[in-house]
Amino acid sequence: MIDSIKLVLDEVGQIFHFIGRFFKQIRKAPFEAREFLHQCYIIGYKSFPLVAITGFIMGMVLAIQTRPTLSSFGAESWLPGMVALSLIREISPVITALVCAGKVSSGIGAELGSMKVTNQIDAMEVSAINPFNYLVVTRILASTIMIPILVVLADGVSVFGGFVGVNIHSDVNLYGYFSKVLESLSFEDIVPAIIKTFFFGFVIGSVGCFQGYNASRGTESVGKAANSAVVVASLSIFIIDLLAVQIADLIFTK
Amino acid sequence: MNISKNIESKTIIPPLIQKSEKADGLENSINNESAENVVEIRNLFVSFGKKNKVLKGLNLHLEKGESLVVLGKSGSGKSVAIKSLVGLVRPDKGVLDVFGKDVCKLDLDGLNKIRLRIGFLFQNGALYDSMTVRENLAFTFLRHTKRNYSKEIDEKILATLESVGLEKAIDKFPSELSGGMKKRAGLARILILKPELMLYDEPTTGLDPITSREISELIKSIQAKYNTSSIIITHDLACAKSTANRVVILKDGIIGAEGTYEELEQCEDEWVRSFFE
Ligand SMILES: Nc1ncnc2c1ncn2[C@@H]1O[C@H](COP(=O)(O)OP(=O)(O)O)[C@@H](O)[C@H]1O
Ligand SMILES: [Mg+2]
Repeated sequence: MIDSIKLVLDEVGQIFHFIGRFFKQIRKAPFEAREFLHQCYIIGYKSFPLVAITGFIMGMVLAIQTRPTLSSFGAESWLPGMVALSLIREISPVITALVCAGKVSSGIGAELGSMKVTNQIDAMEVSAINPFNYLVVTRILASTIMIPILVVLADGVSVFGGFVGVNIHSDVNLYGYFSKVLESLSFEDIVPAIIKTFFFGFVIGSVGCFQGYNASRGTESVGKAANSAVVVASLSIFIIDLLAVQIADLIFTK
Repeated sequence: MNISKNIESKTIIPPLIQKSEKADGLENSINNESAENVVEIRNLFVSFGKKNKVLKGLNLHLEKGESLVVLGKSGSGKSVAIKSLVGLVRPDKGVLDVFGKDVCKLDLDGLNKIRLRIGFLFQNGALYDSMTVRENLAFTFLRHTKRNYSKEIDEKILATLESVGLEKAIDKFPSELSGGMKKRAGLARILILKPELMLYDEPTTGLDPITSREISELIKSIQAKYNTSSIIITHDLACAKSTANRVVILKDGIIGAEGTYEELEQCEDEWVRSFFE
């Protein structure tokens, strides 16, 4: 028991050390613009279909599930607002982040892990290229920037999914739906939800990079790196979400 | 030839050979040689964790233009020894002179300057998976010449690939190459930077005998054409025989035996013999 606590704390310490290295590099080393853009393409563009499909389904399902409760109060007209609120404040950011933990974080973990195991990272180092700057800094930055963009897109798609869900049992037109949605949303709903996604993105990138970059020798460690990337990233996303809710609560409730 | 003794080993030391080494005068030889030596490892200790002591006072030198083969059981620390020369492994103790500079005492910029004069061929070639052969060569080269891709550089890449016999695979990805082609591509990526010292980590391991021979020939031709000094780690006797000026065998973290290939091949010591069977 004490040993496993020690192990976890050790890992946490290493992750923070890794993140410290990221901030040091980002100030000193030259920026790898090409690799950064390439990673933005892979992390952002290539994940969009998956994020959009999950977002759409979540929106639709939520609308269908919420209707009976609301109609039992005779408050069916609140449906668009309720759905949009839940989606934008919580469901869309968290689901998108979790999907990306599964896709992006594990992808980075496996990629860097296999580069490590097959000596590609060493090869970069001995040819006097800074592998941390080239591989890690670009990936962390790209995911920190792309995850929030994905979340905003997912917000849109899932609210539209909500429209489809609402329309199964009633007949609201798109304009009527969105005007109700916008009516019920305020600054406090949107901004904290967006801010936390930068942290989600940062965690998704840095956990994936950490697990891959520190993969041990032997091929089986590639799978292990990918796997622990998903586990650690998902768990961190929930922890950040919890903290974000508390902080937003402190700031915005009068 | 020289077979040294350490505590656990039962190696017999031929007395005559020991004397002849002493007669050389150790101090003189170090001072005179160091100017000529490309690599000079003195009293190198490397360990991983507390228990895994890999190198325990290794002494090794490489003269300019020489081609040194390192033999040793797997896990004996051969890779660790050459990795420490390029700063991939941090030693606990010892002197690691490369081109007359102690790599342990250099900062990253200094170390990188030395690294650019060294070509390190990893066991599997270590090609970047996400890039074609052309991009692999361009990646390292462009960064260090601070130039953009041009016709001239394209020609240089092609010429380098021709020199290792791989011009046809220029636009292939590493996953499409055979083991031998990966090694060639890895070599080309190194050669384009014109190294003075080549470090080969098991260049023929995992290859069929014919390809192994081709790679051994390539190593020899590189030595001649680019005028390099080399350290070659191998288990492949044919490769050792054709490339070596001198052979050392690692044992328990130090050098167990040293000599020309022919000398060691004829050595009667049982442990040395075990490498030549
Ligand atoms: N990065 C590392 N971390 C931990 N142990 C290592 C590392 N590199 C090598 N070792 C250990 O050092 C020993 C020698 O390894 P190596 O030099 O690769 O042997 P070989 O002679 O087969 O090339 C092995 O016991 C290996 O476990
Ligand atoms: Mg080895």
